[in-house]
Amino acid sequence: MDAANLVPLPVLLPLIGAGVALCFPRSPRVQRIVSATSLSAVLVVAAFLVAFSTTGPQVLWVGAWPEGLGIVLVADRLSALMVLVSSIVTITVLVFATRQDQDAGTTEAPVSIFHPTYLVLSAGVANAFLAGDLFNLFVGFEILLFASYVLLTLGAPRERVRAGSTYIVVSIVSSTLFLLAIAIVYAAVGTVNFAQMSERLGELGEGLQLTIQLLLLTVFAVKAAIFPLSSWLPDSYPTAPASVTAVFAGLLTKVGVYAIIRLQTLFFPDSPLTDLLLWAALATMVVGILGALAQNEIKRLLSFTLVSHIGYMVLGIGLATEAGMAGAIFYVAHHILIQTALFLVVGLIERAGGSTSMSKIGGLASIPVLAVLFFVPAINLAGLPPFSGFLGKVALIQAGIDVGTPLAYALVFGGIAVSLLTLLAIIRVWHRAFWEPAREQDAKHRRLPASWLVTAGALVAVTCAITVVAGPLSSFATDAAHDLRDGAYVEAVEEAIP
Amino acid sequence: MIPSLALVVAGGALLACGVYLILERSILRILAGVILASNGVNLLFLVASGAAGRSPIIGEGAAEISDPLPQAFVLTAIVISLAASAFMLALSYRSFQLDGHDEVADDVEDALVRRRADADLTSASFAERPGVDDDTESGGVQSPELSPEEVDPRDVPDTEEPELPEPLLEDEPQGAIDPDGRG
Repeated sequence: MDAANLVPLPVLLPLIGAGVALCFPRSPRVQRIVSATSLSAVLVVAAFLVAFSTTGPQVLWVGAWPEGLGIVLVADRLSALMVLVSSIVTITVLVFATRQDQDAGTTEAPVSIFHPTYLVLSAGVANAFLAGDLFNLFVGFEILLFASYVLLTLGAPRERVRAGSTYIVVSIVSSTLFLLAIAIVYAAVGTVNFAQMSERLGELGEGLQLTIQLLLLTVFAVKAAIFPLSSWLPDSYPTAPASVTAVFAGLLTKVGVYAIIRLQTLFFPDSPLTDLLLWAALATMVVGILGALAQNEIKRLLSFTLVSHIGYMVLGIGLATEAGMAGAIFYVAHHILIQTALFLVVGLIERAGGSTSMSKIGGLASIPVLAVLFFVPAINLAGLPPFSGFLGKVALIQAGIDVGTPLAYALVFGGIAVSLLTLLAIIRVWHRAFWEPAREQDAKHRRLPASWLVTAGALVAVTCAITVVAGPLSSFATDAAHDLRDGAYVEAVEEAIP
Repeated sequence: MIPSLALVVAGGALLACGVYLILERSILRILAGVILASNGVNLLFLVASGAAGRSPIIGEGAAEISDPLPQAFVLTAIVISLAASAFMLALSYRSFQLDGHDEVADDVEDALVRRRADADLTSASFAERPGVDDDTESGGVQSPELSPEEVDPRDVPDTEEPELPEPLLEDEPQGAIDPDGRG
């Protein structure tokens, strides 16, 4: 069997699973089995894709339409790695997402739609990572966005409707802009295929190139929550159920980062607007972390650190060197897992302490399991050695020093300062939620469901495992970054044209 | 190929009206804006697809047919904006059910942080105990929840308490639809 035939499976399997799960609205148990089966299958397929992608990009022209008219799916090293990491996250969070979690905040939770929607979300994420043309990328974005609208407003209590409204309007506006960009690209070069675009965009006039690049950059920056287009994120994420927030925080912004990587390497390798990206990275890091320091609610605080750490990835992309890109790819993989783990643990904190507001909870250190589960990913996020957050930041800072321009040095110092400020924010949570005595006299912590502890523990273990396999992972990221710049992608796509 | 000026102008006008409406606070007006804007973009796709009046059917010779791809794009875009409209209508209805209007309110936590800043208090995350401000410079104000400034009523939803609702116990009976929406 040709390995390329595996490429559409990460999109197909969850969609089929969603259809099957929708047929059993009354039996959550069957739905859970269906979802778990299809997502585990995706995990296996993704692992194979990573293995096959080391021999070169795997390309499949869906439906074998002649002359490259159809949809193309491509799994090169970067795409395969992203699909693998995202499937680890989706399967773990699925196990976490039990009934108690979805019910929090509403008595009328329509749990029957959670599993189908969740599967559609993971299909959309996989489609965005594997898409080989701009319109299919748009469709992937729409699939995951619509699923996220439903998940964000699950049960439709007041605060979720309010938060969801902001999120939906921002997303729809960015989708409209994306569509506008596609229309302009098609009118200008007569194709939306990534490979053909990368050959033809260079022949356009400078003004038109800049317009297209800025439009697409704006669209992807909204998705990735890069300052000044980031204010929607801390506003909308914290109200959703813990499992939903965890998977959103891990995956949705990274899809935007992935799209920016493609944009900067494949479409515009020569005029990459690097200074603009570097300034945006600095602003994102600093503004994000200052926002986090002002927060009293742990979920909101983590949402702000999420924005802040997107800045590190944009820093790697903006350096426009192979080392910078490799650092960014490593950091994306690390950050997807770490941010999801932290949000899951905050779900546990909410459960145990009854709130996520730091002025209401305290004394959680009396639950040692919870304390360890929070502490390890938290200092990993802040970038303390020996964890992967430290290694990722070192790679990025090394790449910045190699570039050696004043702006790059500013970014390096900004990155170090933001890392320390992240530590401060994390220590504040640790101090107030764990070490200080409980706020209420008769506070008794509620028991944590075993399945939650196990899944959160498993994800924290995976984040630690990333530290152990950091060597192979970073050489994989370096190879992926090399692939991005040597034209292997374009060659493989054109060879495979039926 | 010379693009039709009428299409470009019409598309631009629709987009402009759409942007104006999207800046409103009522979800229904935003919805109208979204529909206008997406139709404006669809018109721009027609500009990209070349001369009008021919069918996009293969087999009539390459010079005879109109480009089918932009039409496929527009079709997909129409379906997607249909779904978006349906979802926003549902959201608007739910908002109306809960609050009697469909205006998007400001973020509660955000408004709290801003009120503290206006009142020159430190962030709530610095206060050592709830309800007590330990900042010596502000004279140790005892109840930071009371804002000395007048607050724009839009900033703080009238009936909404700043606290998040208490999580429910597991054995809470599954009631019918609660007009309050949070059980």
